[in-house]
This record gives sequence, C-alpha cells and structure tokens, in this order.
Amino acid sequence: MLSFALRRMIALLVTLAVATVLVFTVLEVLPGDPAQVMLGTEARPDTLAALRDKLGLNQPAPERYLHWVAGLVTGDLGVSYTYATPVAELVRDRLAVSLPLAVFALALTTLIAIPLGAWAAARRNSAVDVGVMAATQIGIAAPNFWLAMLLALLFAITLRWLPAGGFPGWSAGPWPALRALILPAVALALPQASILARVMRSSLLDTLGDDYVRTARAKGLSAGQALRRHALRNAMIPVLTIMGLQFSFLLAGTIIIENVFYLPGLGRLVFQAINQRDLIVVKSVVMLLVASVIVVNFLVDVAYAAVDPRLRRRG
Amino acid sequence: MALLDIQGLSLSINGALILQDVSLAIEPGETLGLVGESGSGKSMTALSVMRLLPRGAQTNGSIRFDGQDLAALPEPDMCRIRGRRVGMIFQEPMTALNPLKTVGDQVAEGFVLHLRLTRAEAARRAQAVLERVGLPATEISLGRYPHELSGGQRQRVVIAMAVALAPPLLIADEPTTALDVTTQAQILKLLRELIRENGSSLLLITHDLSVVNAMADRVAIMRAGEIVEQGRGGGLSGAITHPYAKALLNASSLPPRVTSAAAPTSRPILEVKNLVRAYALPRRSLFRAAPRRLAVDNVSFTVAKGESLGLVGESGCGKSTTARAILALEAVQGGSIAFAGQDTSKLRGAEMAAFRRRVQMVFQDPYGSFDPRHKAGRIVGEPLRLLGRECDPQSARRRVDEALTEVGLDPADADKYPHEFSGGQRQRLAIARALITRPDLIVLDEPVSALDVSVRAQVLKLLTELQKRLGLTYLFISHDLAVVRAITDRVLVMRAGKVVEAGPTPKVLGAPEHPYTRELVAASLHLDAILSERTAASLPDAAGC
Repeated sequence: MLSFALRRMIALLVTLAVATVLVFTVLEVLPGDPAQVMLGTEARPDTLAALRDKLGLNQPAPERYLHWVAGLVTGDLGVSYTYATPVAELVRDRLAVSLPLAVFALALTTLIAIPLGAWAAARRNSAVDVGVMAATQIGIAAPNFWLAMLLALLFAITLRWLPAGGFPGWSAGPWPALRALILPAVALALPQASILARVMRSSLLDTLGDDYVRTARAKGLSAGQALRRHALRNAMIPVLTIMGLQFSFLLAGTIIIENVFYLPGLGRLVFQAINQRDLIVVKSVVMLLVASVIVVNFLVDVAYAAVDPRLRRRG
Repeated sequence: MALLDIQGLSLSINGALILQDVSLAIEPGETLGLVGESGSGKSMTALSVMRLLPRGAQTNGSIRFDGQDLAALPEPDMCRIRGRRVGMIFQEPMTALNPLKTVGDQVAEGFVLHLRLTRAEAARRAQAVLERVGLPATEISLGRYPHELSGGQRQRVVIAMAVALAPPLLIADEPTTALDVTTQAQILKLLRELIRENGSSLLLITHDLSVVNAMADRVAIMRAGEIVEQGRGGGLSGAITHPYAKALLNASSLPPRVTSAAAPTSRPILEVKNLVRAYALPRRSLFRAAPRRLAVDNVSFTVAKGESLGLVGESGCGKSTTARAILALEAVQGGSIAFAGQDTSKLRGAEMAAFRRRVQMVFQDPYGSFDPRHKAGRIVGEPLRLLGRECDPQSARRRVDEALTEVGLDPADADKYPHEFSGGQRQRLAIARALITRPDLIVLDEPVSALDVSVRAQVLKLLTELQKRLGLTYLFISHDLAVVRAITDRVLVMRAGKVVEAGPTPKVLGAPEHPYTRELVAASLHLDAILSERTAASLPDAAGC
C-alpha cells in the first residue's frame, strides 16, 4: 500500500512538472506579446517597453520559466498588475473562502447522496426509489443560481436565519464565517448530491446483483446486512471517481454562486483577472487549479487502493 | 422422515413458468444428484429451497426441511436457517467471494452471525475450518484476499464457508464445473469426506454425469422444469429407464476417434519450431527491468494435412497463447511458425490476407465472439472480405447459404440475430463462419466446453463429418480428455508452457508416460470406467441381500 502511494506520488510530481511547462508555453511562449495583451492595442510604446521590462519579457524564455517555477516552489508568485498586491497574498485570501466552501459543499454532497442512493437501491422500484429518483431529477435540472436565490429568499429574507451574502472573514471567529457559507454550500451541494445519489444507486444495484452478495445471503445475512457488509464498499469505486471530479469543480467552478452570495472566492478572482487581462494572476491561479486537480486525482487513486486490495499491486 | 421434502413445487418468474410440480426428498446422510442440461431448472430448485430467488418469483407447493415448512417461515427465521442448517456452495469461485474482504473475514462471518462469537474466537474457528478444507495457515493466511488465490483454492474457501457450521444439509450447485480436471477430482474428494464426517445430506446439482455418478447415492433427472426420472438407489444406473435420461447418458460417453491412417505420410501444413512467448510482468523496482513470464517455452510440433491434433493441459498452461501465436495475432519472442512452408511472421499485405483465408478460428464462447447487433448472415459472411473482389454480393449470399447448410442450419437463419439461437446453434454458426473461406486449418479453442452434453456430442459429430468431407486440418484445444479422445489423432500435453508428452491420442491417453499426463488421465472422471466400477462394487451387496 505504501509503495503504491509512493509510486503514485512520483507520477504526481512528473505530471505537475509537465503541467508547468504547458501552462507557461500557452501563456508566454506562443505568439502574442503578454505586455500588449495586458495594456491593450492602444498602449504607448514607452509604457509597453516599461511593462515588458518589469515582467522580465526581455529575458530568454527558458530563464523566465525557471524563474517562474522557482517562484512557485518558494511561494513567490509575483505582483498582480491590476491589484498591485503580491499574487500569493491574493490567492491565499481567496482560498480562505473557496477551500472551506468546497470542502463544506462536498461533505454535504456526500452526506446526502450516499445514504439516499443506498436507500433507493435497497428499496428498488418502491415508492422510496421512485421518490428519490424524481427528486434527484429535479435537483440535476434546476440551475444552481436559481436554487441559490430561492434559498436566500427563504432563509435570509423571510426567516432571517442566515445572512443573504457577503463574507465576514475568519478573523471574526469561525461561526460567523461558517454561517455565511451555509447557504452557498447548500446551493452547490444539492445538484451535486443529486448526481452522486444516482451514481450511488446504480452502482449499488449492480453490486447487489453480484454473486458474492448471494453467497452472503446464503450464509444467513439478511438483505440489509448483505448490503451494508458486502455490497456497499464494492459500490464505492464509481462514487469516488465522481466525488473527485466534483471537488475539482467546486474549487473554482463556483463563479455564479460566488456572485449570487457576494463571496470573494477563487472563481471571482479568475473571472476578474481574465477580464482585466492580468496575466500574472491568471497564470498562477491556472497553475494552482491544475495542481489541485492533479492532487485530487492522486487522492482518489489512493482511496481506490484503500477500498480495493486488487489495485494495490498495480502501478 | 426425509430431511428435505419438496412436494409439488412450481415456480414462475414474472409470469414465465420455470418449475412445474417438482417433488424431491433427501434422507439424512444421503447424496442426491440433480442432473439436467442448462436451463432445466436445477439451480432454481436449489434457490427455492434457500428462498433466494430473483425478483418477481412466485412459488407454489411445499418445501419441508426437518419438519418445518420453509415457505411459511418469516424472513428472520429463514436467515437463521441459511448457513446454519443449510449451507450452499456455488459454481463460480471467481465471483462467489467478496473481492474486498479477506478470506478469513468471509469464513469467520458465519460464526459471528450465528454463534455470536467474538471476532478473535471466530477467526480461530475460521482458521480451523480452512485447515480442514486443505488450506493450512502455512499456505494461505487469513489475511489473504480472493484475487491472490487460485481457482481451486477459492472453491475451497467457498466450501469452508458452507460447511463452517456443519449444516445438516449442503446444496452444491455445479461445484466443480469451473475447475480443471485435477482440481475437480480433489474438490469432489473433499466434499465426499466432509459430508461423511458431518453426516450431512448433499443436494448435488450438475450437468456432468460423471461427477454425479462418482458422488450420488440417488439421481433425479430434470428437463424443462420437471423431474423426468428419479432413481431409487444405486447412483446413476438406478435412474436410466426414461428415454431422455438414456439419451443424456449416451451423449456423455463419447466414442473414441477412429484414427485415419493417412495422416503421418502427408506433408506438414503447420510447423512450429522452438516457439517462445513471454509476457512482461509489472515492475517490482524502477531501476530493474520488468520480470518476464514465459507463457510458451520452447514448443515445437508439426501438424500434417488432414490431421487432427489435440492440445491439452490445465488452464494457464499456454494452450491458448500458442493458438494465438499460430494465428499470427501476437508477436512471438523466439522460434518460428511456418504455414504451408511460409514463415508467418514475414507475411504482409496480400500474403497475409491469403494466410488469414486459409487459417480460421472457432472460440469457446460463440456469444462473446459475435457482434450482438449483426445478423447471422453478416456474421458468417464477414470473412469473405478476405477474398476481396473475387466475391460479388450474389456469390457471397450463396456461400453464406452453403455454409449454413453445411453445419446443419437453415439458410433462412441468416436473417436472425445471435440471441435468437441456442448455445449449440451459435457454435454451429461459429463453425460456419470458419468454413466460409474454405480454409485448410481450423484452430478450435475449447469449442465444446460451454455446451451441454447432448449438444456437445452433436457438435463433435459435425466436426468429424466436416473434416472427412472437406479434408480439413484441426488444431483442437481442450482441457477435457474425453473430448480430445473423441476428435483427435495425435495429442500434445502442455504444462507450464512446455510440451511434456506427445504422440498418438490412444497411446498417450491410454498408456501415459509422463507423470503429469498420468495425473491428468487419472483425474478425468472417465464415465465408462466409473460406471463399471460402480456396477462391480454394487454387485456383491446385491448378492448379499
């Protein structure tokens, strides 16, 4: 198991290295002057030259690449052109919102989806199953911003239980910050949970038809015991795959929800940086997101191996 | 009083009638063999007893076990009977075990569930049971996972789970069908010992008459959901008066082949010299080359035109790998293969197409080798593409019709889909597909292993006739010695990638020289031999009465 994780770790580092080359090549080496992009077509030649110099664009590309990678490793991501603050600081502030939100939303997704999917599978074709399938169908079809607005209307405006938007920051203590994340997390989690519950249900229905579940019943286990002790873990592999994809999405794919709830998250940062053509920020954030997807995939791989002993020996 | 008494059991699943008026009784300590072809309702009878039928199942009639009516029992009480009072062994050891749980946990589960033992105590008992079924701790520790075990070892684990609590009734559903002959013999011996020790009754379900004959005190024969005959005693011989039972028995004892004299003198059509096929295994270390496994290790043989050569051995011995190399489907790592004097590794373009036309293949599972969305005519006619422009659509249609007629199907069958055919008909289709290019050599990989005995006999007869009529050469791969005896002139015995013995089939299987061949021959339960043994053994008893 340990050697499996180690081998995967080496693969992870190689993938990361390749990703830095790709991101750098696309944003800096391909035709098109980054300084020109940032300043627009009507910039004065001397401003352009000054920015080129400031960005180090006069140096050869390999040198710039090494400089950038060294910065990534040491946490020095350069200074944002539009915000005039170090990019590392910007990213850290935004991650303080986006990361807890993503974890919160994924935890909710899992807590809703797995029991719901298992319940529907155990009561196949019953009223419960039909009800769960109908509810998840609506959950997938409903746009999350609409759901977000309904939630804000009900819980923030009518009932006044939770704030309608904004983020007080963690300095005021964990509770106010968490309160501000509840509605966005629910709005993000419901559609994701609908997808995951359906995956859970169909995966579990497949495993419930497997021979070893019948063997377990022949040993004297009740239908419920056979499901919990034998089928459930076997059904987790596809569920883990979807969860990995969902986490990557939740980390940066939440621009709409961040806008609805006025959250200063990573999604908004990327959106604004692209609008303002702040390539320094774009480059670092894209790299961060690529790295997070790679790391999440690594964690999913390790989780596969933890669930399934057959995968531990393969490379 | 009978331990298990089934009276007038009928079963329908989603309205389709599966079992009709089945009545069976098993006395304490008795072994009842339930025999029939696939789809005859044997397994459904067993699952009715266990009350583990698929959804939509409806039963009528009574199933009394130890005086209790199982049909009327509430589900929690039924759970206490399963595993504790009735144990069940399944056919497929590969899938009958949970891949994510250790074998120790899976065997211990019954002790925790029924006897409320602690985990440690249950593990100790599980170890003892595993030792009893021939898996000592020195060989298989409790912490091993099913994928780390061989097929025979897995079936021993399944048996350990079933006998863990020494239930008075064991139900074994095709317990050895998925195993090699040598393993099959060992598992049957173990089962026999275990039921004797525990004084259990056994309901043995099988399609293999030699297995039932070696094991059962009494035999019941099923066909299309009904019991057609039930013997009173004396194993199989006590139950062969019904015409269907007789036909089944005839079909399972295959007549040995009358060897054609022409073979040795004619020129070899296929010459395999020092063939080596190696696979790379997963790397153990980043810095060392990946280890290799020799699947075929320095194998040489020739096949003469018109001859039928058998290739026998246990699964994993390299038979199918050799076949794939001969078909030029995979590159080889050493040696050479020459077909009609040409080295097959050097064939390109038109020469390769000509080779493909002259060498065809029939697989074990015809269903898996057909595209389910193609009609039979298209499936059979597909190899005609190898002929290029020689074959216009009209003559293609004519040749499909001919090929179908040749294998005993109707030209009208060309418009059917694979699922509309029975297993035996599908194998006929596969043979028609192989015949359509008028090949010289046909490689048959376990072509009758998935078929019922009566269908198997028909297909073998068809193959023999076709060979005589069309002058075909066969390379016939099988693990079943009775089949090899019936269809081949010469035989090669393979073990772990090497040929250990070769020669004329009657000689090699009649008087084997290599110890491994001897083991194989001894293990294959030859029906005639067992029948005569049974009869001889039962005679003095009869006289004594």
